[in-house]
Amino acid sequence: MDLKSTPLLEEHKKLKAKIGEFAGWLMPIQYSGIIDEYYWTRKNCSVFDTCHMGEFIVHGDLKESNLDRVVTHDLENMEINRCSYGFILNEKGGIIDDLLIYKLQKDKWMLVVNAGTCEKDEKHLRKYINGLENISENTAKFDLQGPLSREVLKDILKDESDKLEKLKYYHFDYFSLFGENVIISRTGYTGELGYELYLSKKNVEKLWKLLLSDERVKPAGLGARDILRLEMGYPLYGNDINEDTTPLEAGFEKFVNLKKDFIGKSALLKQKKEGIKKMLVCLKSNSRRAPRHNYKIYLDGKEIGYVTSGTFSPILSCGIGMGYIEKDYFEIGKKVLIKDGKIEIEAVIVEKPFYKEGSLMK
Amino acid sequence: MEIPEGLLYTKEHEWIKIEGNLGTIGITDYAQNALGDITFVELPKVGDEVKQFKPFASVESVKAASDIYAPMSGKVVKLNEKLSTSPELINNSPYGDGWIAVIEISDEKEKENLMTAEEYKKYVEELSE
Repeated sequence: MDLKSTPLLEEHKKLKAKIGEFAGWLMPIQYSGIIDEYYWTRKNCSVFDTCHMGEFIVHGDLKESNLDRVVTHDLENMEINRCSYGFILNEKGGIIDDLLIYKLQKDKWMLVVNAGTCEKDEKHLRKYINGLENISENTAKFDLQGPLSREVLKDILKDESDKLEKLKYYHFDYFSLFGENVIISRTGYTGELGYELYLSKKNVEKLWKLLLSDERVKPAGLGARDILRLEMGYPLYGNDINEDTTPLEAGFEKFVNLKKDFIGKSALLKQKKEGIKKMLVCLKSNSRRAPRHNYKIYLDGKEIGYVTSGTFSPILSCGIGMGYIEKDYFEIGKKVLIKDGKIEIEAVIVEKPFYKEGSLMK
Repeated sequence: MEIPEGLLYTKEHEWIKIEGNLGTIGITDYAQNALGDITFVELPKVGDEVKQFKPFASVESVKAASDIYAPMSGKVVKLNEKLSTSPELINNSPYGDGWIAVIEISDEKEKENLMTAEEYKKYVEELSE
């Protein structure tokens, strides 16, 4: 398979990044070091190349375009310049993708999807939606994350810094940069104050260099991104959620608007009535050893589930992870054993997020 | 990349420094760089018998868990206990403070199965091609 690359691949190589494959893309995994970049993001400000993600535009009335029926978001009550997190589901209630939706205008929406699922999402969406436009090819995206990200952006935006200052969590606005309207939303995947920036591909290198010319900003790769999101209990599509898991099992019912009609709703209602069998939980190990994808979870010698994501948490100095367990065994504070071959990790079921001190709402 | 003279190397990127009948073991600069930030080290116990090219310890980085293979057979006589709280010593100083264990070598002839610094350098260069 030919791997795709973002317009910044050469820039990453110049910065001596370790490049690896992710979801069919050649992406920077790390620059100076994963833990280094992790701490820089928690304390200062990092820029992530997220050009690999997919963007679609849907034109037309919410009902006529069918958009409302293929996603779980509460779009009807959404204001312009707001973002919303939710899911595309299959008929069984399984998650085809998790995505952000931006209300650009009264009848114009932007969908931001995962890189690995972009193709399958497009196929699925086109079955239902009239007027779907895939703008991924010409859209570049950065995540600027960290407690200093607001100050950094204000310095770049100059005249429009007041507008940025006022931008609230899960809101977005347009800002003028290099003669184009750049969309900046106050969203992210790290648990820190942060922004996602959308611009055309032609200006991507200019903005990347401009951001990095500020000494408060360093580049961070997918390695740091994975720790940052996991410490917040944010799911990674393909690991923690997939077509065989529902939002109810993953604990994300609040991102499903059960008051409207959508694909997968009847399956979810049935599941709600009967009760879920498995559920996604957060696991904290009592050592530095990390739970990892596909390790098995045991309680009193009985296998009760499996790990979907895991890593070492630098800030907690211990292993952390997420995994599905049989619902009947769920209890916060319960001790479990995570095993893989000769590896055994004692862990405790805890509430999310693992990291509670983030600057997210600052 | 650093490959000090005087040490002997394995294809799995461990090194051993032989002094008398004792051998100090660690992983190479190449290995620590490939693993990335090391976050956990599982050490053997003092008194454990280790066999050449068999796993005797393991390390975890942010990315993955990997076995460490013994460069030579022998009995573990000393461990770098600092690694349990500061595994990053391996990243910072793979041939110094990041040593893993000292063994009492049981068969000196096993040296012949290892690479010199020059041979290991060539081996690594071929891997990187």
